[in-house]
Amino acid sequence: MSEKKILDGEGIERASIRIIHEILERNGGTAGLVIIGMRTRGAVLARRFADQIREIEKQDIPVGALDITLYRDDLTEIGPQPLVRGTEIPFDINQKKIILVDDVLFTGRTVRCALDALVDYGRPACIQLAVLVDRGHRELPIKADYVGKNIPTAVGEEVIVSLTETDGAEEVIVKRKDA
Amino acid sequence: MSKSWTRKDLLGLRDLSREEIELILKTAESFKEVSTRPIKKVPTLRGRTVVNFFFEPSTRTRASFEIAERRLSADTISFSSSGSSMEKGETLLDTMKNIEALKADLIVMRHSASGAPHRLSRSISAGIINAGDGTNEHPTQALLDMFTIKEKKGRIEGLRVVYIGDILHSRVARSNIWGLLELGAHVTVCGPKTLLPIEVDKLGVRVTTKVEEAIEGADAITLLRIQLERQKEPFFPSVREYASTFGITRERLKVAKKDVIIMHPGPINRGVEIADDVVNGPFSVILDQVTNGIAVRMAVLYLLSQVRG
Repeated sequence: MSEKKILDGEGIERASIRIIHEILERNGGTAGLVIIGMRTRGAVLARRFADQIREIEKQDIPVGALDITLYRDDLTEIGPQPLVRGTEIPFDINQKKIILVDDVLFTGRTVRCALDALVDYGRPACIQLAVLVDRGHRELPIKADYVGKNIPTAVGEEVIVSLTETDGAEEVIVKRKDA
Repeated sequence: MSKSWTRKDLLGLRDLSREEIELILKTAESFKEVSTRPIKKVPTLRGRTVVNFFFEPSTRTRASFEIAERRLSADTISFSSSGSSMEKGETLLDTMKNIEALKADLIVMRHSASGAPHRLSRSISAGIINAGDGTNEHPTQALLDMFTIKEKKGRIEGLRVVYIGDILHSRVARSNIWGLLELGAHVTVCGPKTLLPIEVDKLGVRVTTKVEEAIEGADAITLLRIQLERQKEPFFPSVREYASTFGITRERLKVAKKDVIIMHPGPINRGVEIADDVVNGPFSVILDQVTNGIAVRMAVLYLLSQVRG
């Protein structure tokens, strides 16, 4: 096993700030914007994005957290069921522009679950996807609107995102198996 | 807290560890949110078949299970013993073997014989959820009671929880006693001596026949219905006398904690074990219990659905 650090704390912060500016630019400000993060680390990033947008635009925007466990299509394959951590979307998403946030975009299956889950809460005007890392290898026709960093990986490699709030560290590393 | 559930069946709370009970309660918190959505449904158990077999009358528990199953997108079918082949002389085991041959994934069952689901669980590979067996256990009711206490009080450990009424015939009390003691609550049972099980004190609960003594300082009080259908001989002189000796009124509640909650597994008999103004009063969480029952049963169905024996 060898590890390579792709982003450190500063790298994550720079990528996040660029994503936020892209979001604000593309949507012309914060009107109608809501941010929903996918548990666990997507929800942490979503909270940070909202804080940073407040600093830049002096506007509060609604933040929610989405747990997609109940929508997974692989519950029968993954052995003991994952802990359900609950969805908290304390606002109406009808006609809102949703920024869906996750840490890593890989096969796209988690995002598919999230889209299914979101439409059960209402009919948003649009859903845009923001990810900290895109590592490729999509199995579904899904593409991110905002990407912090594209990382070319092999399927067997592991991308591990650590955030201070959940992991006590701030970095993105790729673990690869040595030949 | 343990993160995974490994049991095929939920037969009772007697055997469950604190970690297992806490996992169910924690999981139920997430499911409560599903019932507040405009679309009260998640696809989690899509394609799974759940059979509800009620060999004893039930409306509340059965409706609650059916709603929980449907909110998880399971396919469900419900039987009651009347109108089934049980009336034609088929044994319980044969009936259940047939249900299993229909490829049911989970069986929810209520039976008048204590231990019936335990017996079946050994010969059937589908998961079995005990929805009440005789006078033994009613685990999902106890779990929803504990969920409601935790929701209202923020904790269970150290609380004073009281059961008043027909303890002898109450599977609800029995399941709650196992679960609450495991979670560190102090439990008191109270009723006429004839309706208290022999050696009930050996379970680790406080026993009293004086209702004022039971209520004093209580955080949560559950009233139990007098189960006349299970009483082949009289256990007390009259329903009126029972009501005046053990019935809970506003007046009697004055010695309880100021934020006491009043619970009842239903069906209630107004004016017998509980006065009208208590049912409708500010302490009553009886309807919260009904709502919470759906979330707790969804959690149990979810946790059991992935484990196959």
